Parts: sequence; C-alpha cells; structure tokens
Amino acid sequence: MRKQQFLSSLRHKLSCLPAKDLEERLLFYSDLIDDRTEDGVSQEDAIAEFGDIDALAAKIIADTPLIHLFKETVRPKRRMQAWEIVLLLLGFPLWLPLLIAAFAIVLSLYIALWSVVISLWAVFVVFIGTAAGSIMIGIVQMCVGNVLPGAAIAACGVGLAGLAVLIFFGCREATKGAVKLAAVSVRGIKRCFIKKKEEAQ
Amino acid sequence: MDVQLKRGLLDVCVLAAIQNEDSYGYKIIKDVKPYIELSESTLYTILKRLETSGMLTVRTAEHNGRLRKYYRITAKGLARIEEFKTDWAEILAIYRFVTKEEQLYA
Repeated sequence: MRKQQFLSSLRHKLSCLPAKDLEERLLFYSDLIDDRTEDGVSQEDAIAEFGDIDALAAKIIADTPLIHLFKETVRPKRRMQAWEIVLLLLGFPLWLPLLIAAFAIVLSLYIALWSVVISLWAVFVVFIGTAAGSIMIGIVQMCVGNVLPGAAIAACGVGLAGLAVLIFFGCREATKGAVKLAAVSVRGIKRCFIKKKEEAQ
Repeated sequence: MDVQLKRGLLDVCVLAAIQNEDSYGYKIIKDVKPYIELSESTLYTILKRLETSGMLTVRTAEHNGRLRKYYRITAKGLARIEEFKTDWAEILAIYRFVTKEEQLYA
C-alpha cells in the first residue's frame, strides 16, 4: 500500500473523529512514513509496520472520548437543504421518542449492571451488621445470666461474620467484572464508529 | 505490567527521550522502543497528553523540503523526570527490602 492510499483509507475509517483531531493524526502518520522512508525503509514496509489498518483505526478510536465521537457523528457534514429541515421538523414526533428510547435502553442497562453490584455490597453490609449485632447481643445476654441463649446468639453472629467474608470476595470479583464489562461495552460502541471496507468502496 | 504503572512509565520515557534535545515522533519511538513497548498510536496520545499538561511544547521546522513537528521539554516536564527519580529511589528501597525478606525465607 502506498502512502497516499494508506492516508486516504485511514481518513475514511476515522471520519468519525473531529476534523482537527483527524488532520493532526494523519499528519503524524504522514511524518512517520516520511521519516522511515528517509531511514532507508521502503514506503510499503514503513506502512506495513503500522499493522492492520482496521486494528489501527480501532485503537485510535478507542483512545478518543466517546462524547467527541457522538458530537462529530451528529454534526451535519454540509449545509442542510430547506426540504431536509422541513422533514426533520415533521419527523420530530417520530425520531425524538426513538432517540430517547435508545438512550433509555443504554442507560437502563448501565444502571441494571451497577444495581446488581450495589445489591451485592448491600447484602455484605447487612451480613456484617447482623453479625456484629448478634455478637454484641449474645455477650450482653451472657453477662445478664442467660448464658446458653447468649452463647447461641453470639455463635450465630460469628457464623454470619464468616459468611460475610466469603460474600466480600464475591462482591469484589463482581465489581471487577462490572468494570470490565462496562469498559468492553464502551469499546464495542466505539467500534461501531469505524467505517468498514465495503462502505469505503 | 500493570496498565497504570506502564502509562506512567511511558510518559516519563517520552520526556526522557526529549530531555537533552528536541526530537520528533519517529526518533522518540526508536529511542524508547529498546526499553519499553511503544506503538505509534500510543505515542500520539502520550504527546497530546503531555502537551495539554504543559510538560512539552511543539514547534514545526522545515526538514528536507517538508514540515516536521519537533517536541521540546518544558520546566514542568523536567520536574516530572526529577519526581520520577525520587519516587523510584523509594520503590527500589522497598524492592530490596521485599526481596531480602524472600531470600531469608527461601
């Protein structure tokens, strides 16, 4: 692949980036190719060192904040025609609820994910609280002469504390899993912004 | 290597590559690569981050009939390298303590 072909293909794949960012990126890669060529590497080999162009585009987009990608995607690429503005206004009752619904789905999935994690931590707090309370009540009961019931309550408290330790490890792993899942989801959404080869042709 | 640790190390490595003289993208990659893996896309992100945080400045100069971007370290960037040296002197002392303990129990 020649330099201009590579830069043109990369420009197309990164068209979701803000214009200034895109130009700076392309200039950076153009400089790298020129410098490698001056170092005695052929233009093809200099480009091949970047690896697969789709993977490169995916990495660049992954490094770009999601909000920048959304802004650039919804920004009109040219001045809108009068009929387009009329159609947009007439279609308002249709596209606005759909847009809100799409955002609501994404938001509800995100909230559901973290609700599970918060619920698990709530269970852990309840177990720890109950364990501490049971041990204290058990000791008080033993001090006032109810030795056997007091010892039984305190023993239950110790048992609950043991379960709480196990739940703590479960909660920690669930939190790590939720963070990973959220990160993978964001990367997945960002990948949707990459223009595919078929579209480029 | 831990992601956050590697990110911090890469920032300092890029600053170290320009601490004695102004440098450009390709040369920075060549200088840093023998010590730590650094891809082109990562370097771009690091350079932007360091520029935004005032640790380096960018200038454009003519080279072989084309314009090339050169990166220059600032006083803040030099201070970051000094901070790194201090931090790592402490971490090295802890490392020696940890490995000494391991040797005793081995």
